Amino acid sequence: MSVDAATVKRIGSLARIRIEDSEVGTYQDELNVILGFVEQLSEVDVSGVEPMTSVMPMSLRRRDDVVSDGGYPEKIVANSPLSEDNFFMVPKVVE
Amino acid sequence: MTELNKLSLAAARKGLLDKKFSATELTSSYLDAIGAANPALNAYVAVTGEQALDKAKASDAKLAVGEAGTLEGIPLGVKDLFATKGVHTQAASHILDGFKPEYESSVTANLWRDGALMLGKLNMDEFAMGSSNETSYYGPVVSPFRAEGSNANLVPGGSSGGSAAAVSAWLCAGATATDTGGSIRQPAAFTGTVGMKPTYGRCSRWGTVAFASSLDQAGPITRTVEDAAMLMTSMSGFDPKDSTSVDIAVPDFAAAIERGVKGLTIGVPREYRMDGMPQEIETLWQQGIEWLKAEGATFQDISLPHTKYALPAYYIVAPAEASSNLARYDGVKYGLRVSGKDITDMYELTRAAGFGREVKRRIMIGTYVLSAGYYDAYYLQAQKVRTLIKRDFEEAFNSGVDTILTPATPSAAFGIGDEAMAADPVKMYLNDVFTVTVNMAGLPGIAVPAGKDGKGLPLGLQLIGKPFDEETLFAAGRVIERSAAMDFSPKAWW
Repeated sequence: MSVDAATVKRIGSLARIRIEDSEVGTYQDELNVILGFVEQLSEVDVSGVEPMTSVMPMSLRRRDDVVSDGGYPEKIVANSPLSEDNFFMVPKVVE
Repeated sequence: MTELNKLSLAAARKGLLDKKFSATELTSSYLDAIGAANPALNAYVAVTGEQALDKAKASDAKLAVGEAGTLEGIPLGVKDLFATKGVHTQAASHILDGFKPEYESSVTANLWRDGALMLGKLNMDEFAMGSSNETSYYGPVVSPFRAEGSNANLVPGGSSGGSAAAVSAWLCAGATATDTGGSIRQPAAFTGTVGMKPTYGRCSRWGTVAFASSLDQAGPITRTVEDAAMLMTSMSGFDPKDSTSVDIAVPDFAAAIERGVKGLTIGVPREYRMDGMPQEIETLWQQGIEWLKAEGATFQDISLPHTKYALPAYYIVAPAEASSNLARYDGVKYGLRVSGKDITDMYELTRAAGFGREVKRRIMIGTYVLSAGYYDAYYLQAQKVRTLIKRDFEEAFNSGVDTILTPATPSAAFGIGDEAMAADPVKMYLNDVFTVTVNMAGLPGIAVPAGKDGKGLPLGLQLIGKPFDEETLFAAGRVIERSAAMDFSPKAWW
């Protein structure tokens, strides 16, 4: 499988990374080199093999369903490039 | 006493306890060394000198009254991937511009609990993606090593290149690092230092900037095996804040280092004998076998048939997880923000400006392999292959092998700006060919300096262990260190 220019643009948009027209060719070449490299995986017979979900045999721990942390919104927004009254500020989303 | 910074961590610890020098003197010695070396080596991206000296003073007070922690007054460097409260934490990326966390990572909190102090934050490949430290927003780290008769700058390896260079050049007593595909062991091998990647789940991931969560593990880089064991004991431990942290007792790793290898069975995997492998790597490997045999280990040929698929599977799994983990950098919650005409525009422009080329490439690959129609062919297939890679190791260990000996890297360090690597991303990825299998299987691995190439550059051997059997790796690693009996310190040119 290999990617074409339109796919590069589409992936960029899915990943929310602006890909300028002048960059498409290079990305396309690089992605195709990497995809060509990983292509060899298709030759492995994986019939009856379970996909790995946890590298250590363990089940996820559960904690009590209670509030155990929080109550410091000023710390949460402390690193925000733009905030007001402990809210994150973003460009208008709903008209 | 001069050059306190050249002491091993263990020797510094002893000197502090015996009151031969103070933590303040030790810390000043490191800060002086950083001041002199960092303009040339670029190992630190932030130096926290004042805080370090304040902390050293507090440690001196504790040492004076006999209340010293196990690492009291020991000056460490911290990879920029670990959240350190109120201090530069940017994963060497532009997108975390100005980020100073309100919290401390569990691993560094453990070290401070035991009395260690921080000299500053260490350079790295951006978001730990790279094998040469050239993808850092802050520019490449320069290796303290140069080939004999050459002035060319070499890479220290990556992604923990700042950690490895700082340890090697005596700019800290030891450093924290992380390893997703080889990022502790490869730079350790390139700089003549010791690097331990513990079993997945041994060190908490909480507060460490995530790259590929199912593979990331923190570990130490140090100048000796004993030092690595001492740091590991402090860094490890169960943490309820990390859902994959394993609730298992942490041994005193330093107590295991002189155990020796008598009676151990060591596996040599035939698949690691790669085509075109340099003769000096082959010779080094053979030398390691001889050393361990002389100390009473027996050797067994083993097969890990899926070895060649580990790197391609990694380059699906790791970018897939990265594309998800790095979705959080959106210009809203922290770091860089580039304004746009609407919110999507802002996201796209922020991420285009904030991420470097290698990071964008990996997010793109990850997004593609997870996208509709491709998930089964790439991601699911890679996760099944990962099961097979782990099974290979399980079968080897079940056949009676205690640990596995391999080279750490396929070559010694290469030059900064290597054209062949720059032209072909896969060539750079091949640096991790011997280390990446270990992450895929969640196993512990240690890189120990064992020899030098024809130009005097360090080469390392790797030992791979059973889950949570880091002690055997420290013991066998110590035998290699003792048998090599070589000086792996760089000739200071900076």
